Amino acid sequence: MSLLEHTPSAAQLRRTAYRRRQTVRSVLVAASSTAALGTLLVLAVTGAPGWDRVRESFLDPSIARDALPAVLAGLWLNVRLLVCCAAGALLLGLLIALLRTLRGPVFFPVRALAAGYTYTFRGLPLIIVLYVLTLGVPGLRLQGMPPVLVLGGLALVLTYGGYLAEVFRAGIESIHPSQLAAARSLGLTYRQTMRHVVLPQAVRRVAPPLLNDVVALQKDVGLVSLAGPIDAVRAAQIATAETFNYTPYILAGVLFVLLAIPLIAVTDWVTLRSARRQSGG
Amino acid sequence: MPVLTCRGLRKEFGGHMVLDGLDLTVDEHQVVALIGASGSGKSTLLRCVNLLEELDDGSIELDGEEISDPRVDPDLVRRRIGMVFQSYNLFPHLTVLENITLAPRRVHRRARAEADAQARELLDRVGLGAKADAYPDRLSGGQQQRVAIVRALANSPRLMLLDEVTSALDPELVGEVLTMIRDLKADGMTMVLATHEMGFAREVADQVCFLDGGRVVEAGPPAQVLGEPTQPRTRQFLSRIIEAGRL
Repeated sequence: MSLLEHTPSAAQLRRTAYRRRQTVRSVLVAASSTAALGTLLVLAVTGAPGWDRVRESFLDPSIARDALPAVLAGLWLNVRLLVCCAAGALLLGLLIALLRTLRGPVFFPVRALAAGYTYTFRGLPLIIVLYVLTLGVPGLRLQGMPPVLVLGGLALVLTYGGYLAEVFRAGIESIHPSQLAAARSLGLTYRQTMRHVVLPQAVRRVAPPLLNDVVALQKDVGLVSLAGPIDAVRAAQIATAETFNYTPYILAGVLFVLLAIPLIAVTDWVTLRSARRQSGG
Repeated sequence: MPVLTCRGLRKEFGGHMVLDGLDLTVDEHQVVALIGASGSGKSTLLRCVNLLEELDDGSIELDGEEISDPRVDPDLVRRRIGMVFQSYNLFPHLTVLENITLAPRRVHRRARAEADAQARELLDRVGLGAKADAYPDRLSGGQQQRVAIVRALANSPRLMLLDEVTSALDPELVGEVLTMIRDLKADGMTMVLATHEMGFAREVADQVCFLDGGRVVEAGPPAQVLGEPTQPRTRQFLSRIIEAGRL
């Protein structure tokens, strides 16, 4: 007998009705507690003695309108830097992770160098790397020195490359040795095994943490403004200094969140998909 | 000349001698079944022959060439040997067809169309033609293991090593894999198989080797080794198998 023709027993009907009542109840509880908390928050903030002054200095629509072009121009710099630095850091991270998996005495210096790199740049604060590269390196007055923006981007790539290398390495090491044995037994070389069997699986597995680091990078690219280039936050700072009003910061913050939402959504989607795939497999 | 000759193989893992002076000879078109308790060295022997493990002593010859010589390129040796594992070890990110054509395309540099056609033909022959574009996790254990055998065959190996290929399968799926191995024997494939399926070893093997303590304790035609074993340890092992209702 198919499921469709099945007539539920009285006990099953009682269970279904009970579960339905419980569902309705929990939805009602959730809705009313959210409404209560929201009302409390709004009352607490708008009822505060200093609310009017805070609203004027943080939420002034006309100042937001005036600052918008400059902040948007800064944000465009953030976006361009993000795309270039994310690509660079992903490539560098993958390269370093692969170098760390090389075996054999010939590769000892390469392995040691790669390990030293991930230790150094994961420990070193980004701001110090930025200062050294954007202020220290141009001080050498070498021929053909790249512009400060490129040096700042390089600092970001070096720092994030260290984190991403460890994520890639964790992915590579998570692939079961039996997969390597199967690939090698087919006559594939070590390099072919990495290229066709290990890396495709490893990258899929660590895609969520990789994207998470890219979301973090999105916020850190603005730090190049410490060396001169004007990003969204720096543009907001300039506008604030002109008007003695903090609204441009709020504006920049809102724009950053809007920019991050698509990336975070993609991260969540990839995470969900890989979780489903693993439980399915 | 034998296809495979193993002489005095020794392999130690963490103070435990897994292979302890093992000798084995496999002639062309011969099927050799390795039986013995877990830890008797069956899997290690197969992994050593495929150069997945480094020997501590002894030598292995494939078609008269010493492949245990460190100057031999192991990748070239493995192309001549097909190996099938207990847990299938299919590549989960590749379809059935891509699993099978990986080695022909990347190792033997065949054109894609040619490799695909060969793979589809092999799949059709074992009744898995409809699964060519499916991913391994959509297949039953028996189907996955049959794909793994096809994948090893796509290299046109000289010798097949089968490592307890039915041990991970549900009982009702064992038959389809054994049928495939029977067909391979009929085609004249030279095979070494480690197995717990005594009935199958009796039926398909030309020679049964009982391994214990890293050596071949008793070897001979299946009727003799499984029916009238001369060594006490063989008898002891077989009586336990009979107790468990597996013979």
